[in-house]
Amino acid sequence: MTTLAEYLKERREQEWRADLRKKLKGKERTDIPRVHMPEQNPNERVKYQNMEVNLGLSEEQALVEASRCMDCANPTCIEGCPVSINIPEFIKNIERKEYGLAAQTLKMTSALPAVCGRVCPQEKQCEEQCFYTTKLKKEPIAIGYLERFAADWERESGQMSVPECAPANGIKIATIGSGPASLSFAGDMAKLGYDVTVFEALHEIGGVLKYGIPEFRLPNSVVDVELDNLKQMGVKFVTNFIVGRTASFDDLKAEGFAGFFVASGAGLPRFMGIPGENYNGIMSSNEYLTRVNLMGAASDEYDTLVMRGKNVAVIGGGNTAMDSVRTAKRLGAERAMIVYRRSRVEMPARVEEVKHAEEEGVEFMNLANPIEYFADEKGRVNKMRVQFMELGEPDESGRRRPVPVEGADKDIDVDLVIVAVGVSPNPLIPSCLPELKVSRWGTIEVGDNMQSSIPVLFAGGDIVRGGATVILAMGDGRKAAASMHEYLTNEKK
Amino acid sequence: MNRIVDKEFFSENVVKLEVEAPLIAKARKPGNFVILRVSEKGERIPLTIAASDDKKGTITLIAQKVGVSTEKLAKMNVGDCLHDLVGPLGKATEIHKVGTILACGGGVGVAPLLPIVEGFKKAGNRVISVLAARNKDLIILEDEIRKWSDEVIIMTDDGSYGRKGLVTQGAEEVILREKVDECIAIGPAIMMKFTALLTKKYEIPTQASLNSIMVDGTGMCGACRVTVGGKTKFTCVDGPEFDAHQIDFDEMLMRLGGYREEEKAAFEQYCKIN
Repeated sequence: MTTLAEYLKERREQEWRADLRKKLKGKERTDIPRVHMPEQNPNERVKYQNMEVNLGLSEEQALVEASRCMDCANPTCIEGCPVSINIPEFIKNIERKEYGLAAQTLKMTSALPAVCGRVCPQEKQCEEQCFYTTKLKKEPIAIGYLERFAADWERESGQMSVPECAPANGIKIATIGSGPASLSFAGDMAKLGYDVTVFEALHEIGGVLKYGIPEFRLPNSVVDVELDNLKQMGVKFVTNFIVGRTASFDDLKAEGFAGFFVASGAGLPRFMGIPGENYNGIMSSNEYLTRVNLMGAASDEYDTLVMRGKNVAVIGGGNTAMDSVRTAKRLGAERAMIVYRRSRVEMPARVEEVKHAEEEGVEFMNLANPIEYFADEKGRVNKMRVQFMELGEPDESGRRRPVPVEGADKDIDVDLVIVAVGVSPNPLIPSCLPELKVSRWGTIEVGDNMQSSIPVLFAGGDIVRGGATVILAMGDGRKAAASMHEYLTNEKK
Repeated sequence: MNRIVDKEFFSENVVKLEVEAPLIAKARKPGNFVILRVSEKGERIPLTIAASDDKKGTITLIAQKVGVSTEKLAKMNVGDCLHDLVGPLGKATEIHKVGTILACGGGVGVAPLLPIVEGFKKAGNRVISVLAARNKDLIILEDEIRKWSDEVIIMTDDGSYGRKGLVTQGAEEVILREKVDECIAIGPAIMMKFTALLTKKYEIPTQASLNSIMVDGTGMCGACRVTVGGKTKFTCVDGPEFDAHQIDFDEMLMRLGGYREEEKAAFEQYCKIN
């Protein structure tokens, strides 16, 4: 069996890549400045919930950016990618204008390239490990932008390639939840020849990609095309089905399902437990985003409603907080603010999201933490008391701990508050399986191979991690697929 | 899928639908609910399962017209299919032999009460049911409740059927007359609030089944949060039944009104067009 390093070396030695490397001198490549992502004008885009902010690179821009890549002998960027995309190969395919082949390279290991090209925190992954970042101390290759370019090119060409799948082995596999972990798992298992069914509790496939991430960051049509690709690979999708409830695990086993992958996500939103938090007008980011994204509440054509606010405060500093505050702006907030207990430096949100939010007129109230809410006679929130904070000693996360500044608080007028302070694992699936080992936080306990205490049951994504990113979930899905394949193969022997 | 096989109006605003849902019919237990959508652009509507027929593979749902979505649901006919239907959701009622059960149902709350009454009766309890509504037309499922009750007391606000008075009056009479071991109350929040106050006075353990506002119904959104014993709980995954003496009903009533104005405006708009 060839190792990954040997495989990558072999691919790199292909004649076309060797030739391409000779086309430009190293200095000519490194002198090129990094491309800028063209963006929709902030004043225009805040009027629409579904107008994508990043417009994608033009062909010319993509070609120039692709030529910056040195096609390193030791491509460290791949080590930064949770799904191990052969990054130099796809970029070099762009450089030689083989965009379709670039997309195929992506799809060998990623079930959702057009999604990842939009929402992955590349600056903390592949791009952080790029030769330009580590050795040249220059801005990295825009790997994410190029990934999106290749995936979009293929989609817009109307000729989606379907990854090659092994002959059907007739073994039925169930994957629970239809978010990134599950879809990534489904894609890999289908490639290995398994008969995969995705079970989703909601009425739509896509999990957080549909209910969570707004369309101005990730259009639903982009997700749908990737789902269609999985369908072409033979993956079946069942909506409105809660494994453990609609039918039990035993029922599914009796129907012939031999393996289960649980990727039911971090369903439960966290609240802060402060006085007045249950007043009307205070809701979780999950509720706010679900109403708008999944249920279409921003449009009159849909029956679901969502509370609107003039003065909106979003509590938290992550990507979900940015998605919520920017949604509030689009739904007509005059004042939309982030209230975050640490400082800008500690904010977990992507730099790009913070920048976009700022351009759209979002206010940032950092080093501030709500401690109480007040309401009018009808119970609708109208005021929030914030406690100002300062940074103390670093905590277990390595970030400096926020501590209250004695006597420094302030009352702020608000009529809508979105709480985006994190999520806990969804208890629905674990509660149906008493013999399943869960941690005291409710996450499913798995070994390095993603296998749970029940041998035929593997798990990954936020139900294991307790709240992470799309791409880490996808990495789990791939790992679980490889492990389950190994497990089922050994079982048969 | 999800085909409506039978439909009956109990009154102008209350409709019974029997829907094909073989898996849910088989899996559901008293206390469970489903979430349905009428159409592609519809809301997710939570409804407690009133009954099921395992052989026919159907479940029975009872809905009251209160806004756009329930109006649309009530307009669906036999042969039509619900766009989406998922369940069973929520924790099942804990049913065991305790002695005498006092089952109080108000308005359409009698629908979710029915399987619970049936369950307690089958478990060998003496079951006394008190059904209450504004008037005669709004008393539903009386015969079905009678089938599983040792005694049924009917109360109407206007005295048009049974006795004139509130559910609490009927309930208190029973409590004063004989030993009640457990009470279950399902109906409008205000009715459950006063039933809970009554049974608290007599120290009778009481469960109430809440009809909070929900979106996903699977624990994801937190719209259905309610304070029970000073702690925030999610009706969809922690409930829908809770210890009625611990529930903050005033907060619940306030939260139920969260979308009242928006819903009213949407309904007026809908009526104008249709």
